Amino acid sequence: MAYVRPVSKTTWYLAKRSYTVHMVQELTSLFVAILAFILLWGIGAVAGGPESYQAFLDSMNSTGMLFVMWGVTVVMFYHAVAWFSVTPKAMPIQRGEEFVPGSLIAGGHYVVWVVLSVIILLLAGVF
Amino acid sequence: MSEIQLVLEILRYDPEKDQEPHFETYPVSCQDDWMVLDAINHVKDHVDTTISYRWSCHMAVCGSCGMMIDGDPKLACKAPVADYAGQTVRIEPLANFPIERDLVVVMDDFMEKLTRVKPYIIRKDEKPIEEGEYKQTPAELKKYKQFTLCINCLCCYAACPQYALIPEFIGPAALTMAHRYNQDSRDQGLAERQDVVATPEGAWECSFAGECSVVCPKHVDPAGALQQLKISTTVQWYKGLIGMGGK
Repeated sequence: MAYVRPVSKTTWYLAKRSYTVHMVQELTSLFVAILAFILLWGIGAVAGGPESYQAFLDSMNSTGMLFVMWGVTVVMFYHAVAWFSVTPKAMPIQRGEEFVPGSLIAGGHYVVWVVLSVIILLLAGVF
Repeated sequence: MSEIQLVLEILRYDPEKDQEPHFETYPVSCQDDWMVLDAINHVKDHVDTTISYRWSCHMAVCGSCGMMIDGDPKLACKAPVADYAGQTVRIEPLANFPIERDLVVVMDDFMEKLTRVKPYIIRKDEKPIEEGEYKQTPAELKKYKQFTLCINCLCCYAACPQYALIPEFIGPAALTMAHRYNQDSRDQGLAERQDVVATPEGAWECSFAGECSVVCPKHVDPAGALQQLKISTTVQWYKGLIGMGGK
């Protein structure tokens, strides 16, 4: 009778460094969720009127929230870089018989990221 | 030509005698241009004739000699002993498959899944042979050629944590074959393959660990194929919503 080797469902990602890195990348999605929650919270506050929006801003200015937002920002950068690095695999672009170099596809995402960030910061009155 | 010393620690399992596998150790003096497969062959020929394993071409084409070499899925015929000089090298059957005997795994699950993705050209409008072949431009060929290089060695399945945890997952090589034919300009079978590909056990079970592409000895890049499948199945879903079926 064939022998089936057991697989640990709780520690498999510790078997190889690449698996561990993969799980860390997967976990960054939790921070995406945190950011989405804060965004929804802010939108809800705006809908609630000036007083509720001011309360939201006051909450965001607390030391704890600043700490959370800096942490989320750092992890989101890692999340974005990890995603952009694999875009050439998911979205290859063929021109004639040749494929566009992966660096151009990933680089295009960085350009769009920077442009959109600048536009949003301009709209927010940062500059 | 100098000699390389290494110790092979080979997994042994005899289903008629053993409750579970164990390891046996074989010191081997290798020529410096040998591959790990040569070292195993040496043991088989001169030390222990009872070892079971698969191999055939010895040139990374047949895909038979995939096995775990020091924890990584590799073709034994493409793994130089020079990389392990002076070391103890653990040789195991491909991970994530049942062990038939020693280094031989049961491949039935993969064969069944490969069949399910219909890895062949499907035509809705078959034309008579007299009308000639279905022509294809070099650019159309280039679109999928990389995926034709798969030799079904199953190293990708042995590297895939998702297949290890969820055996229902169709898996890297079979799904790559589905994508290969979906991308073929001569094929019209995309809709038929969707029932297997666009399911939770299909492309969407892939979490993109990417190890399949790392270990692939033919640089097929199954991880890339599966991400492209996710995009194409999504596009097909939206096309279905607005009443535009796929090819």
